[in-house]
Amino acid sequence: MTTDAQSQVAAGNAMQRLIRATELDTRLLAMVGALIVIWLTFNVLTDSTFLTARNLYNLAVQSSVVGIMATGMVLIIVARHIDLSVGSVLGFTGMIIAYFQVEVFTLGAAWNWPLTIVIGLALGAVVGAWQGYWIAYRAVPAFVVTLGGLLIFRGGAWLVTEGRTVAPVDPTYQLLGGGLDGSIGAAWSWVLGLIAIGAVVALAIRGRTQKKRFGFPLKPVWAEIVLVGVAVALIIGFVLVMNSYTKPRTDIARGIPIPVLILIAVVLIMTFVSTRTKFGRYVFAMGGNPEAAALSGIDVKKMTLMIFVIMGVLCAVAAVVTTARLNAGANSMGVLAELSVIAAAVIGGTSLAGGAGTVAGAILGAVIMQSLDNGMVLMGVSSAMRQVIIGLVLIAAVYFDTAYNRFKR
Amino acid sequence: MADTPLVEMRHIHKRFGGVHAVRDASVDLYPGEVVGVLGHNGAGKSTLIKMLSGAYPIDEGEILINGEQVDIRTPRDARAHGIETIYQTLALADNLDAPANLFLGREIMTSLGTLDDDAMEHKAREVIQRLNPNFTNIKDAVRTMSGGQRQSVAIARAVLFNARILIMDEPTAALGPHETAMVADLIKQLKKDGIGIFLISHDLHDVFDLSDRVSVMKNGGMVGTRNTKDVTKDQVLGMIILGKLPEEETADDLAKFH
Repeated sequence: MTTDAQSQVAAGNAMQRLIRATELDTRLLAMVGALIVIWLTFNVLTDSTFLTARNLYNLAVQSSVVGIMATGMVLIIVARHIDLSVGSVLGFTGMIIAYFQVEVFTLGAAWNWPLTIVIGLALGAVVGAWQGYWIAYRAVPAFVVTLGGLLIFRGGAWLVTEGRTVAPVDPTYQLLGGGLDGSIGAAWSWVLGLIAIGAVVALAIRGRTQKKRFGFPLKPVWAEIVLVGVAVALIIGFVLVMNSYTKPRTDIARGIPIPVLILIAVVLIMTFVSTRTKFGRYVFAMGGNPEAAALSGIDVKKMTLMIFVIMGVLCAVAAVVTTARLNAGANSMGVLAELSVIAAAVIGGTSLAGGAGTVAGAILGAVIMQSLDNGMVLMGVSSAMRQVIIGLVLIAAVYFDTAYNRFKR
Repeated sequence: MADTPLVEMRHIHKRFGGVHAVRDASVDLYPGEVVGVLGHNGAGKSTLIKMLSGAYPIDEGEILINGEQVDIRTPRDARAHGIETIYQTLALADNLDAPANLFLGREIMTSLGTLDDDAMEHKAREVIQRLNPNFTNIKDAVRTMSGGQRQSVAIARAVLFNARILIMDEPTAALGPHETAMVADLIKQLKKDGIGIFLISHDLHDVFDLSDRVSVMKNGGMVGTRNTKDVTKDQVLGMIILGKLPEEETADDLAKFH
């Protein structure tokens, strides 16, 4: 009895020591823990279908659209705004891309699909700038502007073709959606995996030399090795799983799906922007205290406009993946996506009060949401029941988050 | 004292809609001098001084720095002229740590154009160490810090960039005796370095002993400016409450305070 309790305390201490030494965010760790529990539970409930390479591959592809937009939603919510229009903007830019690709430009021309992507991204930027203008320079609350945007761009998407679905899109363009051939194969997956491992090691070493420059205390070497080791193991595991899913009736490994590569690129860029640039620093300062940000000479209005431009562009990136995956432009694209995107950011620890949130957390949030949905589909839960459960999970997640924050203070 | 004032604000006006918040107010400040700007809440002292720190543009009047007319429209303009402000609210982003707040808007960048957080932390430690040697947890979010530590962060931010003109709005209103003494010491130190300081307060006792001169405002107008060694606290109180200069006050007026 006593030895049991003692060993538990000792284990707790070891865990605490590990967390302190590695300087990991406990909240993020808790989310990873929650994700592991969800995965293991579903794996049991679905007779080991959940944790197959095939399902994890699908899960990765399904998470990418919401994940791409969630990285932008983090900035929006951190800056004390909200964007309810992301699903409609996805639908609108997606319809424009598909319409130009199929009905305006010569289908099959090599320049066709790259040009339509450029048009889509530019349109996303313009839509974001337009909404950002009303929010920043005309002081209409973001909630109202983007609620209007939700209706405007949903209607706009319908008006492009009077509600018709446009298909099929360019075969090369389709690869961006991660269909049958939309992955990079085993060899390239390993190449990217090795590059990623090299980058992780290089960053860890650079971080240490930077700290030494000013004689700051360093993490213990063992903690650094544990961290790098975990990251390397995750990268290798990910590549292994993606490579074990083969194309139908062959032994050809699929490798990393292209939409997941797009997501990874977006995550890297947005993490860099939010943590390493002035822009990101100012977004967080605005969220923490808008008045202080303005008194520090930050152009809060311009910043707000730019945040919405980024969000618009990310919606267009998500629209590219969606249309490529559907092999069409359809009016159902992105319906209710705003809710998944906001939920992903919030489950991922973005505070609705502003000033706090991470891109990595939002991606974890997106994967958790998608895992719940995916797992319940495998179990044969009806779509109505899935909505009920995911809604309840959202409330519970935010409740635990506020409770955790109160406890931490 | 030098002949040219460090700062001259001449005949300043500011209106908010129908409210004439500052009317024809003039004030000046010499290097190494502390000027207390006094008045009741709503007397216009904060508005006047916010025009110097760039928070509000002026409607009428002119600002001269070292005798040259300058155009201050934003906080950035003010900082470019060496004017630093410590606001009553401290104006800190509570979710960020001390170095991020110290360098907000003026970050140190690496050669690659990214934030150099280590360099900023290093510099921040240096400055904060001098102000408040017991204050080491500077990498925590400002939200979790004590009142004195937060004040240290705000002061460190103001002195970090070699300010020539320092504006302190109600600098000691929210502080305990220990921190108040720290601020007083700091003001004396900065004076020695030739920095000009405006102390804004509604409480005469906070600033009287620290100031070389006091300028008193009432109802948006300037009542007058006196050397602190030439007047008593009661006379200044009369200026604040009655809006009259000491020589205009009657014995009856003064009797009201006792």
